[in-house]
Amino acid sequence: MRRSDICIAAIAECFRGESDILCNPIGISPIIGGRLAKATFAPDVVMTDAVSVLAANTLPIGNQDAPRVIESYAPYRTIFDILWSGRRHVMMGATQIDQYGNQNIAAIGSFQRPKAQLLGLRGAPGNLINHRTSYWVPNHTKRSFVSNVDVVSGPGYDRMGEIGRPSNRYHDLYRVVSNLGVFDFDTPDNRMRLRSIHPGVEVSEIIENTDFEIVIPENLELSRLPSEAELEIINVIDPTELRYSEVQDA
Amino acid sequence: MADKVITEEDFIAGLKSGMTIGVGGWGSRRKPMSLIMAIIRAGIQDLTIVSYGGPEIGLLSATGQLKKAIYGFVSLDSIPLEPHFRLARQTGKIEATEFDEGAFYLGLMAAAHRVPFYPTRAGLGSDMLEMNPELKLVESPYPDDSGEHEELVAIPAFDIDVSLIHMNRADQGGNGQFLGPDLFFDDLFAMAAKKTYMSCEKIVATENLLDEGSVHTLRIPRIFVNGVIEAPRGAHFTECPPDYERDEDFQKLYAATAKDPDLWESFKSRYLEVDSHQEYLRMVDSREDGT
Repeated sequence: MRRSDICIAAIAECFRGESDILCNPIGISPIIGGRLAKATFAPDVVMTDAVSVLAANTLPIGNQDAPRVIESYAPYRTIFDILWSGRRHVMMGATQIDQYGNQNIAAIGSFQRPKAQLLGLRGAPGNLINHRTSYWVPNHTKRSFVSNVDVVSGPGYDRMGEIGRPSNRYHDLYRVVSNLGVFDFDTPDNRMRLRSIHPGVEVSEIIENTDFEIVIPENLELSRLPSEAELEIINVIDPTELRYSEVQDA
Repeated sequence: MADKVITEEDFIAGLKSGMTIGVGGWGSRRKPMSLIMAIIRAGIQDLTIVSYGGPEIGLLSATGQLKKAIYGFVSLDSIPLEPHFRLARQTGKIEATEFDEGAFYLGLMAAAHRVPFYPTRAGLGSDMLEMNPELKLVESPYPDDSGEHEELVAIPAFDIDVSLIHMNRADQGGNGQFLGPDLFFDDLFAMAAKKTYMSCEKIVATENLLDEGSVHTLRIPRIFVNGVIEAPRGAHFTECPPDYERDEDFQKLYAATAKDPDLWESFKSRYLEVDSHQEYLRMVDSREDGT
């Protein structure tokens, strides 16, 4: 079993139980995982074709010519409207993430004079404060799971706690999936916790590659393996195996 | 119906250094590039650009004409981060005001609707407020169910002198039509500015506007347009579907110039130091593969 396929199944699991929302994963593995969830156990979510329509059928990633069953129109303006309505679960990347889930995709160094300019805030500030958000980090190291992020694009639980109610009432930072495991914030002080470890990964590997103290539960859960039927669907969504270039095997 | 068709020279005559210019499109999609190239040729300085940014921000910063960028992001789509923008940010060459992408929409809409701001939650808890100390909070005058008065971020209306948009079709009166998958925010850019100039792939008779698209594609009414410039392939090298796709090879060539000053100099002399949009296109079409 390739590690990437385990990650895809773990990403799909983030959308289990969702219905009547825009499932909006961003990036290669998130899009494959989101489309897998929609094709299997979350059929009532809607997803874009990555251009401007909501497509009812299962689309192969990156293929602009694939036939679409268009069920609705979703230009960018509509995406923002849906975002503000709260009927959306986004999965974004995180160049840096800390123990309370603060995410940085904006800059390394200071914003005023970045050492490295990254993508920017993008939609992160609005996403986090309006609806459920998850993250995908394909390369779990001390450089990505950091003690302090350089810039806060998407605010985590400590920042949202300071803001307090009512402003934080839609903040719902849900899961972080990395190449090593799945993490959540279901702890008394909303610090990041290992929710499940991917088969083939040691706990020590997670601890050594995380630059903060991560909460490790007493009874470790294993991330599940994708079924044969799921692997077939993953191959339909990603026939050119883009996913394997994103996640290396151990 | 007044004839609003103007030449590129008329368009340039209406601009001056120090202006704030709104640019429609999105990333490397349906950008009014022929108008941007005209601004580069005219050497208009100290500009502020307001946009969902693409190559207009990179090019104008590389030529030294950009003072400040106000943006939701700056991307070339197939190249996620605009390379000349990256360079300008890392060398401190330009001022930057960065908004959450949705908050940017609200600044544009506030300007279009002539209100001082629109409220949003976006920015609370993130570093957007720290990056932009001029942004203020506003308290809702209305209590919520628990009697609380929610604090929100007041996104100020953008103060735009001139907006530039590129449409697939237009008539002589200034009615614009998009035939691609997304209008983006071009109608708001047109409404938000004191003046709007619209380039288009082709000027058609008003009675022919529905020949190629439904009534839903007529989203730029002429009351918001001050001048129409016919510019076939005017969005090159960005995409302008269904008329043409992005020129990815040319975009790669442009992107590579951010890493190599010699390459930038030759790019500049070949493509930017030309007499007209037509000559630019001739240079684009006569390039050899890989140059």
